[in-house]
Amino acid sequence: MIIIKDLHKSYPMGKDSLHVLKGLNLEIKEGEFVSIMGSSGSGKSTLLNIIGLLDTHDKGEYFLNGQLIENLDEKKAAILRNKFLGFVFQSFNLITYKNALENVALPLYYKGIGRKERQKTAMEYLDKVGLTDWANHLPSELSGGQKQRVAIARALVTNPKVVLADEPTGALDSTTSHSVMELLKEINREGMTVVVITHEEDIAHETDRIIRLLDGVITSDERTKKVKV
Amino acid sequence: MKFIFDKDTWQEIFDSIKKNKMRTAITIIGVMWGIFLLVVLLGAAKGLENKFNNLFGSFATNSVFVWAQSTSKPFKGFQEGKRITLKMSDLENIKSEIKGLEFVVPRHQTQAMAENDFKTGTFGIYGDYPELDKVEKKDLVYGRFINENDMIEKKKVCVIENEIYKQLFDKDEYPIGQYIKINNINYKVVGMYKEGQVKTGGPQGAIHIPFTTFQQVYNRGDSIGWMMITGKSGFEITQIEADVKLLLKNLHDVHPEDDRAFGSFNLGKEIKKVTGFLTGMQFLTWFVGIATLIAGVFAIGNILLITVKERTKEIGIRRALGAKPWEIKRQIILESVFLTSLAGALGIISGGIVLMMIDAFLGQGDEAALLNPTVDIPVILIAAATLIILGTLIGLIPAQIAVSIKPIEALRDE
Repeated sequence: MIIIKDLHKSYPMGKDSLHVLKGLNLEIKEGEFVSIMGSSGSGKSTLLNIIGLLDTHDKGEYFLNGQLIENLDEKKAAILRNKFLGFVFQSFNLITYKNALENVALPLYYKGIGRKERQKTAMEYLDKVGLTDWANHLPSELSGGQKQRVAIARALVTNPKVVLADEPTGALDSTTSHSVMELLKEINREGMTVVVITHEEDIAHETDRIIRLLDGVITSDERTKKVKV
Repeated sequence: MKFIFDKDTWQEIFDSIKKNKMRTAITIIGVMWGIFLLVVLLGAAKGLENKFNNLFGSFATNSVFVWAQSTSKPFKGFQEGKRITLKMSDLENIKSEIKGLEFVVPRHQTQAMAENDFKTGTFGIYGDYPELDKVEKKDLVYGRFINENDMIEKKKVCVIENEIYKQLFDKDEYPIGQYIKINNINYKVVGMYKEGQVKTGGPQGAIHIPFTTFQQVYNRGDSIGWMMITGKSGFEITQIEADVKLLLKNLHDVHPEDDRAFGSFNLGKEIKKVTGFLTGMQFLTWFVGIATLIAGVFAIGNILLITVKERTKEIGIRRALGAKPWEIKRQIILESVFLTSLAGALGIISGGIVLMMIDAFLGQGDEAALLNPTVDIPVILIAAATLIILGTLIGLIPAQIAVSIKPIEALRDE
């Protein structure tokens, strides 16, 4: 699903440039549940942004769903994001003046799907995350866990190939974090490829595979043995 | 262009407007104020113009009055201070010598007491040609003006102004066919007219009798009191004035540089001063109106720009969810156009209401300060179109900025 070969990325910092990713090689297969770990500055967010087509790489090759990603303009990137990717952010990033249902339906709008079908599909996904009763509530009326569930429903609504979650539990307490991870697991069990970025060990251990990043290189890539199920 | 008719596009715009009520209100007021001012100013200027046209409308505006005084320079053996009298022969000479004349109307004028039964008053008595009705259009209420037959037969008939009717007749009395006494001579009233804003007959009101009758009754021989001269359109009345005076100086043996021998009042010149002022005011109106309008549109642009900065994150989210740059852009432009159009419409409506109020309170009757203040529909349409075009252009700036921010930067949490 995702193949990365010798990926480099640096950011210009005044006269110098900051070399963030130094030749990454990575393959994530369809249906995997992967976490990328690393302390801040290790390059994990940069990697996620490149995978998520929010940023471009300098050198190396990146295949998403078998398609080589190069020379993307914003329009093409937007179409690919809409088609293949679902995002879940640490700070939820819901649109504050739209209710839960409208937030979930928004990616379908950009996909060009009609209003009625959007509402119907969005409702199905809200049901999936258990928030049917909260469909008409604004984000400000929802708890942190509920917001993240709305965000997950939104990420899933276009039926993407990969769900990218950037510190999905970073703003949540441990109980809520656990339930959000359970939800992601369940999605994964249904066949979705899920990539989680985190710096929390216990969160990472709820996934099937942990990739550790340090100073722009992969230091380890291991399968987890589930301690508890 | 399908998206313009798409319900969802508008839903997005209404959502964003509803969310930011304060911002929307301020923006709308900015542009509304601009177009409101333009409409009201243009309407008021039009009202003033109508008012002036109404004031001078009954006059041939390119006319000059000429009369004789006494000389101030000795010439050809005559000492200074020679009294000059205009004669009927001067009239013929002027008509044959000067080019571009429309009418030359000689007049006589005196003051006299007029009475009807026990009602009396002192009024201006004018000896007039029928042509006067063409130079100073008389708004006749009853009867007719002096005609050729009156002139030939030197009839004792008169045409009175409504002021005189009020003083010499009972209310609702029919004046035509009645007789009034002027200097103890009976004159039959043949017409009554309503005077406009400018009292051409003087403050007490005017009674017009045939010129020939006046000559005979007041023993004026073939002299003329003064004359009204009007020029054909295309001929400069100031030139005619100068030519006539030079000719008269020649005919009456007056020094060519004697400025005091003949007096004149150039109505055309006086009116031009006023119309020049009107033109200046219209220019000012347009200038102020358009400047205000532009300021309003810039206010919209400015507010949208701030909005875009405020909404950077939201725009970032939308793009992460698959919004193409053009979709973001068109939304912002459409929002700008929608707001300017709405504000423009409101401005036109409120301006129209104010003009209606001005019209109702100030715009009717003789005393109206602004007569029928109106604005031409094409002018409004041009203003509205300009507004929408400017709205689109100004909307482009924030739209461009919105899409130039990379989604990743917009989404950053700090």
